[in-house]
Amino acid sequence: MRISSFFYTIKQGIKNIFRNAVFSLASIATIASCLLLFGVFYAIIANFQNIVKTAEEGVAVTVFFTEDVCEDDVRMKEIGDLISARSEVSKVVFVSADQAWEEFKVDYLGEYAEGFTENPLAGSANYQIYLRDISQQDSLVSYLQTMTGIREVNYSKVTADALSGVNNMVSYVSIGIIGILLAVSIFLISNTVMIGISIRKEEIGIMKYIGATDFFVRAPFVVECLIIGLIGAAIPLGIINVVYDKVLTLVTQRFEVLNSILRFLPIQTINKTLIPISLGIGAGIGLFGSIITVRKHLKV
Amino acid sequence: MAFGRKKKGRVIPEDELIVFENVTKTYQTGAPALNGVSLKVKKGEFVFIVGDSGSGKSTLIKLLLRELVPTEGEIYVNGVSLSKLRRRQVPKYRRNLGVVFQDFRLIKNWNVYENVAFAQRIVQTPNRLIKRNVPAILSIVGLASKYKAKPMQLSGGEQQRVAMARALINKPPILLCDEPTGNLDPKNSWEIMKLLEQINKRGTTVIVVTHNREIVNEMQKRVITMKKGVILNDEEKGGYIDED
Ligand SMILES: Nc1ncnc2c1ncn2[C@@H]1O[C@H](COP(=O)(O)OP(=O)(O)OP(=O)(O)O)[C@@H](O)[C@H]1O
Ligand SMILES: [Mg+2]
Repeated sequence: MRISSFFYTIKQGIKNIFRNAVFSLASIATIASCLLLFGVFYAIIANFQNIVKTAEEGVAVTVFFTEDVCEDDVRMKEIGDLISARSEVSKVVFVSADQAWEEFKVDYLGEYAEGFTENPLAGSANYQIYLRDISQQDSLVSYLQTMTGIREVNYSKVTADALSGVNNMVSYVSIGIIGILLAVSIFLISNTVMIGISIRKEEIGIMKYIGATDFFVRAPFVVECLIIGLIGAAIPLGIINVVYDKVLTLVTQRFEVLNSILRFLPIQTINKTLIPISLGIGAGIGLFGSIITVRKHLKV
Repeated sequence: MAFGRKKKGRVIPEDELIVFENVTKTYQTGAPALNGVSLKVKKGEFVFIVGDSGSGKSTLIKLLLRELVPTEGEIYVNGVSLSKLRRRQVPKYRRNLGVVFQDFRLIKNWNVYENVAFAQRIVQTPNRLIKRNVPAILSIVGLASKYKAKPMQLSGGEQQRVAMARALINKPPILLCDEPTGNLDPKNSWEIMKLLEQINKRGTTVIVVTHNREIVNEMQKRVITMKKGVILNDEEKGGYIDED
């Protein structure tokens, strides 16, 4: 395609949007609401997952050794290697009896610790095992319980189940809603194209007499819908960028108690994923909706 | 603009631009609109096609435009069989034809300039050439000053001249006109005909369907008279034949 044809097609596409203004606006509005919901869900999920991740990072499975192993550095090392080799495990931290005592002193005793001369926690050397994904805790724990040389496995069942449960639910609900909205958007885009074709039926006929190719007649419709899709994507991105910080301020004010756990992502982090995905979906709806319609109804 | 000449099969002589061989066209309903029509048009000819309403003149034009395909028989244009054209090749084929209709068929939302320029956009003429060619062709048809007007702001004669400019701007070897003066008064009709004659003199083959007896008689061109789907008469320097 020549440069001048390219610009001509773009120009016609833009003109079409105005000629078919009501339907163009309706399509833009639907795509915008679809992608606004998507953006809001995404922001919530991303933050939620961030919070879950921070929480998960704090959740560790702790294993203590049987007495004979406590005396035996080599056995301890072997056990540590076996655990690290598991696919569920992201990190294994060895805490020696002395370290455990130091932490305990700092956390709970403060200055009262001075009366102790020997380590009262001898035999409390342990591994703190961090998981890649909290939902894999069960399988890891059952493995750990079958290992020899291990006296006790400490873990928190409730936290793990709750976190992964909520996480899944939020994802399913949002995927469902977004799916429905996508279908509605494509339907509306397709209608916009059909209306456009019927408005321009005579014109298209004339173009064909003069020798216009299918591509030449169809391309402006596709450009029109691509632009509609991109505008439909840009609007919610703008809204989210304006509103995001305000909402965060509101939430932190309301729930001051939670401030220590709620670690929100900055808008830049959200944008890094949200902008390309939103524009991609907007463009995709426009292209897909128009191409299928034009192929079906514009058999030139 | 050149056709690709047919490479195998039936060879049509170089100067026989349009050849109908026993062409029959039957629509879904009724008797054949064309019934076994054979004719040849040579390069550079000017041909009138006349006949009663319903005699098949527009059908003949639509067959040439490849809007319709014959039920039987073959049509060759510059040696190429139209029934062998693939759907995708039709737009390219049509660029060899300029077309002018009774109802002008201009795009209403576009001004004169855009309507004419469109024919060049289709063939991907660079904008800088379009800007030069459109005013040139508009001044040939006598409409240079009205390039900004929308079709509705023009008289019938002016609209038809825009349609002619659009048909001619790509310099097609063939110009097809289906009742180009059907909606025009005698003065405008004559002007359009003079224009067609001028274009023909520059080498374009012109085929004009018309009911305008006075013009046909005056211009002394080849006249093909149709009746009920067959060619009743075909005369060099002919006149309008009255049936009744
Ligand atoms: N799309 C169609 N479907 C069915 N019959 C048709 C169709 N188009 C034309 N016909 C019939 O074919 C015959 C020839 O029509 P055509 O339009 O070629 O006539 P014409 O010579 O151009 O007439 P006019 O001078 O009135 O324009 C007529 O009987 C007409 O009714
Ligand atoms: Mg007719």
